[in-house]
Amino acid sequence: MKPVYIHSVGSVSAQKTFENEEFLNEIREYNDTTVKVIDPNYKDFIPPAAARRMARGIKMSAVSSKNALTEAGLENVDAIIVGTGLGCIGDSERFVSDIIKNDEQFLTPTRFIQSSHNTVAGQIALGLGCKGHNFTFVHSAISFESSLIDAKMMLENDEAITVLVGGVDELVDHHVETHRLIGHIKKEPLASQDLLKSKTEGMVMGEGSHFFVLSNEKTPSSYSELLAVRTFNTISKDRLNQKINRFLESQQVSIEDIDLIILGNNGDINFDDYYKQLTTGIFANTAQAYYKHLSGDFDTASGFAFWLANKILKTQHIPDVVKLNAIESSSLKTILIYNQYRGENHSLTLIRKC
Amino acid sequence: MCKGVAITGIGAISAIGNNAQENYDALVSGKIGISTISKINTVHKDDIMVGEIEMTNDQLKEKLGIAKGDAISRTALLAMFAADEAILQAGITDINDYETGLISGTTVGGMDQSEKYYFEYFESEENWGHINGLHAGDSTQKLAAHIGLIESFASTISTACSSAANAIMLGARMIKSGQLDRVIVGGTDSLCKFTINGFKTLMIQSDTYNTPFDDNRKGLNLGEAAAYLVLESDEIIKKNKRTILGYVKGYGNANDAFHQTASSDNGDGAVLAMEKAFKVSGLKPSDIDYVNAHGTATPNNDLSEGRALLRTFGDKVPEFSSTKAFTGHTLAVAGGLEAVYSVLALQNNIIYPNLNFKTPMKEFSLLPQTTVKKKELRNVLSNSFGFGGNCSTLIFSKEA
Amino acid sequence: MSELKLELKEKIIEQLNLEDVSVDEIADNDPLFGEGLGLDSIDALELIVMLDKDYGIKLADPKEGRKIFESIDTMAAYIAANRSN
Repeated sequence: MKPVYIHSVGSVSAQKTFENEEFLNEIREYNDTTVKVIDPNYKDFIPPAAARRMARGIKMSAVSSKNALTEAGLENVDAIIVGTGLGCIGDSERFVSDIIKNDEQFLTPTRFIQSSHNTVAGQIALGLGCKGHNFTFVHSAISFESSLIDAKMMLENDEAITVLVGGVDELVDHHVETHRLIGHIKKEPLASQDLLKSKTEGMVMGEGSHFFVLSNEKTPSSYSELLAVRTFNTISKDRLNQKINRFLESQQVSIEDIDLIILGNNGDINFDDYYKQLTTGIFANTAQAYYKHLSGDFDTASGFAFWLANKILKTQHIPDVVKLNAIESSSLKTILIYNQYRGENHSLTLIRKC
Repeated sequence: MCKGVAITGIGAISAIGNNAQENYDALVSGKIGISTISKINTVHKDDIMVGEIEMTNDQLKEKLGIAKGDAISRTALLAMFAADEAILQAGITDINDYETGLISGTTVGGMDQSEKYYFEYFESEENWGHINGLHAGDSTQKLAAHIGLIESFASTISTACSSAANAIMLGARMIKSGQLDRVIVGGTDSLCKFTINGFKTLMIQSDTYNTPFDDNRKGLNLGEAAAYLVLESDEIIKKNKRTILGYVKGYGNANDAFHQTASSDNGDGAVLAMEKAFKVSGLKPSDIDYVNAHGTATPNNDLSEGRALLRTFGDKVPEFSSTKAFTGHTLAVAGGLEAVYSVLALQNNIIYPNLNFKTPMKEFSLLPQTTVKKKELRNVLSNSFGFGGNCSTLIFSKEA
Repeated sequence: MSELKLELKEKIIEQLNLEDVSVDEIADNDPLFGEGLGLDSIDALELIVMLDKDYGIKLADPKEGRKIFESIDTMAAYIAANRSN
C-alpha cells in the first residue's frame, strides 16, 4: 500500500484563513451563539455567470478548493470527495418553505437542484472538467472523515494519484432556530475565549469550507503524511481510552509519540466530558489544543482541525490561541485529532510530519 | 486486493413488494406498483403517478417493534425494514462479531417529516423529535442503532440517484482493502413533497405510467423504497456456514462533468463508469449477460444511456431492461434495489421485462427486453446515474 | 409592447440573478441562450415558471420554451398573444 500525503490546504472559515500565506495572524473574536465565515471577495474566484446560481456553500468551496489546487500546482485531480452534514441547506430550506407558503405552486428549479447534497462535489467537477470518482458523504460529524477514508483507500491502492478532499457546511436561520429549540445550539451568547468555561448546553454553531489535495506521491512541499483515520458511530466514555489505545497500537504509535492532540471541545456542558477525560487522563502529559472557539462547531468543523494540524506541522508553530495547556513538546511531528458530536460519531485522525 | 466480496443477504421493500421474494414475484408476473398517490396530500396528486409502498408508518413501526410515538422518519423506517431482512437472510447472530460497517445512501433523509413540521416547530414542541431527522445521516445512525451496530464505521452517501450504488461500491472496496470484514450496504428514500415538487420544477415527471426507452417517453414516476445487501469477506465465508447469493465483481464511478442535472448527449460519464467496472472485474463487455439499465424514462437519460450502451457494447448490446416501470424511480435507492434485482436475476437465471415499451427511439435501434426471459446468467451489469453528473456501474456475478 | 419588453428584461435580470447585466445591455433581438446572454436549460425552466406566475401561461413541454425564449422580441410577442392576466 502506498503512503498518503497532504499536498495543500484551502480554508474559508470564521477566521481569516482564505489566504494560505497567513496562519491565524489576527484572531477574530466573537460573542454570539452562531459565527459566520469571513467572506473572501468571491468575485476574485468565481466568474459572475457561474456565481449567479451558487449557494453560499458552493461559493465558499469554490474558494477553498481553488486555493488548495493552486497551492498544489494542479489544474485538475483524479477524484473529488466531499463531506457535508447538510449540503446547501439554505436552498433546501427555502425550497421547503416555498412549497408550504405557495401551496406547491410557482416553484423554481434552482433551489431544488442546489439541495442535492452532492451539488458542491458536482459543481467542482463541472468547473474543473473532472470526470473521475466523485463521492459525497453526509454523516453528521464524520462527513469529512468519511471522505478522508475514501480518499486514503483510493490513494493507497493506486486508484488515483491526486484527490481533492473537502468538508463544507453553511449556517442558515431556520436550521439554527430549530436546533436552538432542542438545545443543540446555545440560547445565550458566549464569548470565544469563554468557550471552555461554558456551563450551558449546546454549541456555538459555525460554518466553513476546507479542502485539501491528497496524493500518494510526496513532494518537497507536502504538509504531512496521513497515517490513519477511523470513525465510530458510538463509543461510551468507559470505552474511549481503550479505543484510542487500539487505534494508536494499530499504527505502532504510543501515547508518548503524540506531540499534540487537537480536541473538538464545543462548550456543550453535556458532552465535553469526553475531551476532559482525555486531557486529565491518558493525554494529561501531552500538549493539547482546541479550535471550535475560532471556527464554531458544525458537521464538518473537523475540517478546520485538519487544516490547523497541517498548518502546525508545516510552520512548526502552535499559535497560543489554540493551546489548551502549557506543555511544550520537544518536537512537533505527530498530531492526533479527536472529535465527537453529542457523544456520537467519534473520529480519530493521525498525521505525521513528512 | 484480490479478495472476493460475497453477497450473503438481501432485503428490499418497494411499491411491488415488502420483501425481496415479493419483489421478484412481481417482476416476473408483470405486477407493477405505479398508481396515483394516496399517502401524501399534494396538489399535484392528479397529475403525477408514483410507486408508493403500501404500508403506513404506523404499520411499519408495529412490525419493527417501535413505539408509535417515536420520532422516526419514513426513510429510516423503510431502511430498518429492508436491512432486517438482509441481515436475517445472511444468518448473522451477532452483528458485532466481526469488523462490520454500515453504508447507506439517501437523498431526502428525514425530509418527509421535516416538511410537515417546518413552521409548526415554532408553535408546539410536539414534533421536536423530528428536528434532528433532517440530517441525512440521522437515518443511518438510527438504522445502526436498530441493527445493534456499535463502535463501528457507519456512514451515509448522498450522490443523488447513484447513492446506493456508491454505497455498495464503497462497501466492496472496504472489504477488498481489508478495512471491514462485513458491511451492510444499500439505500433508502421515502416519497415526500420535496422531491415531488423538485422533479416537477424540472418538468421530467410523467403524468402516466413511465415508459423506459420508448420514443414517446414522457418522464419518470417517483418511487419510494429501501434495499440493503450484506457483503462479507472470504474470511467470514470460510469460518461460517453461508449461502452465497452472488459476488460484487466490478464497480466504477465517474463524473459526466457536463451539466448540473442533465446527462451528456453521448453518455461520457456512463461509458467511463462501465469501463472502470470492467477493469475492476477483469471482465469484458461480451461477458455481460444482462444489463439492468438506469432507464428512468426521461427523454434525456434514456437517450444518453442508450448511446453509452452502444459505445460500450458496440453492436452486441446484451439483453437490457429498466425495472423502473414497475417501481418508479426510487432515487437514492435505485442502485440498491436494482442490485437486489440483479442478484435475484442471477439466482433465477431470469431477465426482467422492460414494461410499457412500444416505439423504438428514433435515435438508434436499441430494443429493450420486453418479456420475461429465461437465460443462463453469469454476470449482470447495473447502471445508476444521478444529478451532479454522478454515474455508477456495478457488476454482479455468480463466481468470485 | 416596448413596456412589456422592458418589464421582461427587468424580470429576467432579477429572476436569474444576472447581477452584472443592465437592462440597456440586452437588445430586443439578442439571443438569450448560448451566445448572447448565455442562459442555459435551467434558466429556461425558471422562465417557464415566470410565464406561469406572472402571465398565466402554462407550458406542458419544456421544449416549447426554446422558440418562445429565443429573444426578448419572441418572448414579448408570445406573451402578448397568450397572456391571461
